[in-house]
Amino acid sequence: MEELKYTAANYKSDQSVRWCPGCGDHAILNSLHKAMATVGIAPHKTAVISGIGCSSRLPYYMNTYGFHTIHGRAAAIATGFKVANPEMTVWQISGDGDGLAIGGNHFIHAVRRNIDLNMLLLNNKIYGLTKGQYSPTSDRGFVSKSSPYGTTEDPFIPAELVFGARGNFFARSIDVELATTQEVLVAAAQHKGASVVEILQNCVIFNNGIHNYITDKEFRAERTIHLRHGEKMIFGKEGNMGLVQDGFLLKAVEIGKDGYTMDDVLVHDAHCKSNFLHQQLAMMDGHELPLAVGVIRDVEGLTYNEEIEKQVAEVKAKKNFSSLRDMILAGETWEVK
Amino acid sequence: MLEKTNVKVLDKVVVRFSGDSGDGMQLAGNIFTNVSAGVGNQVSTFPDYPAEIRAPQGSLSGVSGFQVSVGTGVYTPGDQADVLIAMNPAALKQNVKFLKPGGVIIVDIDSFKESDLKKALFETDQPFKELGITAQVVEVPVTSMTKAALAESSLDNKSVLKCRNIFALGLVCWLFDRPLESALQHLKNKFAKKPAIFEANAKVIQAGFDYGHNIHASVSTYRVETETARPGKYTDINGNTATAWGLIMASEKAGRPLFLGSYPITPATDILHELAKRKDLGVKACQMEDEIAGVCSAIGASFAGNLAVTSTSGPGLALKSEGIGLAVMAELPLVIIDVQRGGPSTGLPTKTEQTDLFQALYGRNGESPLAVVAPASPTDCFDMAFEACRIAVEHMTPVILLTDAFIGNGSSAWRIPEADEYPEIKPNYVPEELKATWRPYMRDEETKVRYWAIPGTEGCAHRLGGLEKDYNTGAISTDPVNHEKMVYTRKEKIDHIAKDIPALEVLCNPDADTLIVGWGGTFGHLYTAAEEMNKAGKNVAFAHFRYINPLPANTAEVFAKYKRVVVAELNTGQFADYLQAKFPEVKISRINKVQGQPFLVKEIIDGVTKIMEEK
Repeated sequence: MEELKYTAANYKSDQSVRWCPGCGDHAILNSLHKAMATVGIAPHKTAVISGIGCSSRLPYYMNTYGFHTIHGRAAAIATGFKVANPEMTVWQISGDGDGLAIGGNHFIHAVRRNIDLNMLLLNNKIYGLTKGQYSPTSDRGFVSKSSPYGTTEDPFIPAELVFGARGNFFARSIDVELATTQEVLVAAAQHKGASVVEILQNCVIFNNGIHNYITDKEFRAERTIHLRHGEKMIFGKEGNMGLVQDGFLLKAVEIGKDGYTMDDVLVHDAHCKSNFLHQQLAMMDGHELPLAVGVIRDVEGLTYNEEIEKQVAEVKAKKNFSSLRDMILAGETWEVK
Repeated sequence: MLEKTNVKVLDKVVVRFSGDSGDGMQLAGNIFTNVSAGVGNQVSTFPDYPAEIRAPQGSLSGVSGFQVSVGTGVYTPGDQADVLIAMNPAALKQNVKFLKPGGVIIVDIDSFKESDLKKALFETDQPFKELGITAQVVEVPVTSMTKAALAESSLDNKSVLKCRNIFALGLVCWLFDRPLESALQHLKNKFAKKPAIFEANAKVIQAGFDYGHNIHASVSTYRVETETARPGKYTDINGNTATAWGLIMASEKAGRPLFLGSYPITPATDILHELAKRKDLGVKACQMEDEIAGVCSAIGASFAGNLAVTSTSGPGLALKSEGIGLAVMAELPLVIIDVQRGGPSTGLPTKTEQTDLFQALYGRNGESPLAVVAPASPTDCFDMAFEACRIAVEHMTPVILLTDAFIGNGSSAWRIPEADEYPEIKPNYVPEELKATWRPYMRDEETKVRYWAIPGTEGCAHRLGGLEKDYNTGAISTDPVNHEKMVYTRKEKIDHIAKDIPALEVLCNPDADTLIVGWGGTFGHLYTAAEEMNKAGKNVAFAHFRYINPLPANTAEVFAKYKRVVVAELNTGQFADYLQAKFPEVKISRINKVQGQPFLVKEIIDGVTKIMEEK
């Protein structure tokens, strides 16, 4: 990696930021600027590609190459971009509606292909730009303008889609936790392949407080756990709670109580090939078990873009032509004199 | 050998192979085409196959056909066949209407048993009588002769029966005096990895050829003239391959790598297949998760600095509309290939039509003009694919290339161009002296073309998007007057392309009163019709459009010379409507056909003659 020669300011554009005051996106944007400076890829070697929605305005606030595209298609456009110009570091920004409803197909296929994109999913469980309809991550029964009597459908849990699509990287943060967001964004950038980062984000206008159960300062330490590779899975204000294995499932215990000691507490292995435990960790929602933030899964795999480059080089090396004309002449031809 | 037989000398002949879709008719037809091209004939082919890969054996819906015209002055696969090969009763029933009066039918009489006739819904045991066939029918025991030829082979019965098509091919090669050595070479290439199958087919093709020789007393033998063509190296090419190669040529001439984002769809998939093979030339062809991802990945690749293309057919073009609108708004170069098929909806997936013209011109939200071009023939697909890329890159716009199933699948002999025959394509890069003050929507004031900054370039980082932008700064703008200015700017940019394309040429008899007008893949039929009319003393001029939007700059001037303009097209009159709206003073008559089939030359002659007889 290059030395730290950029600061967050190098990644900020001169456009005034137009999100609502108090919107969680402001904090995420700041974390992204800082993460980019930490990673140290030059702004002109960075591209930020978004779809449509509040979060998708983000490219305008970056001093990098950027493309604010159309609803749902950011992952597909970013895929073509990365394949065409693999030297660029590509960030793809979507919201829960953009990425998981209209763009759900592109989302799962980008993850499945394992193309080297840093895919940010800003999850506020609502359509903000169209003024308050339920989204594919809204809880069953959620009341909104388009579900006045409550929704009658279950939501997606983004991590579950990522694992279903055989994803190799999944991390989570919360908009108000700037340091964690920055930490997972840096990890996502450093991971080769599709890196999905879900950030729980508050929509102050249409869904204010939707993540309060998790984010409330009074309970946050009990209702979240910050996972770090190689470290014990402990949480709580006093750091005295831990996750232990309970048959095939996980259980939260108080260390020193009911016979549980620190030795019983699991150590987080983000690099484990099997996603069995990662999936259980990612599915914890803050109720019986704390919601996991940090890098939950980070496994190396073959990337789509590198494999294409490799194949091009291999196939080219086997042929003794390098232009269209020579390729045609190497096939079946006849001459008219 | 031939002088002893009854030989007809023709300048061109049409052969139609037909059988079950599993009978290998396309292979037999293709080899015959290549062998004919190899002896210097002009060739034009028309594969006519069903949408079902394997319909029930022997059924009417499962019949697959391959028509080829070989000889001199060949511009179409011919209206009707001189020789029809029918491998079973269903093929005979479906194809007898394509036989010329005085033509010859060759059937595999082994496949005309009672059960075969039933499958083809014949009501009597006299199929020829039932169909009212008066033509010469040559009954050949293809199946039993094929089995006999392979009696000592180790192949199983199923594999033996698969060689029937090659027996028929051997017979046709004898009929037209084609060298077997060349056919054997093609078979060898085809079955390079299956030597046992090649050996069997080599025996069978010889058996078919010998059979023809032995029965020559009962058939007319044809000899086909060879063409003195422009000197050079030639190859046989179909329209879809020509399209793929034209894109590669453009990529070489523009110095930008080629990217294809696509999704399989009949009849366009062969473009994806060919470009997927061309990783050996550095082409990146990505099969995406859907049509939308096809166009969107291409848009991403275009933004990233590649020559970006997406290929599809009508229904796929509908799905790509929103993406194309983004490319219009972001003013990125993008080539969209629509190999038109019968519509609407799933329609007639394997058949040809020109019914997507309006979709190409207008099928997007908002005022979203783009360039539309349409090749005239299989080989012209190469030139117009190149042109589509040139216009896209030099004018920073999406371009739709409208080919169709007929020219996409049809093939012709093609002279391989010399390395320097095509011009350099010059991307409108940000000029060095502008870099300090450059803004993403800054443009050449005359052409209205904006500059292209390739991501990775220092000092040119910029943001594009689907939201309206300020004319000067490129920042998001909802200013009403600015929006109108941008709408007209994008329109002027497209209109200006008219100055950068060739003038419309008038062919045949330019001094006539009547001008026949066509566009795209109907060229061969229209040109042949116009030529025949002039030969017969009915004077007509002919103008064919390959540039649809914008139209060539001299179009109005050309139209002004004629009393009547007859627009012939394979739809209900879309190009005629388009022209009439642009040139209200021109008297436009129409000839239309929407049957999923190409025109017949006769239909055009009859149609134009009728219009000329009106006042």
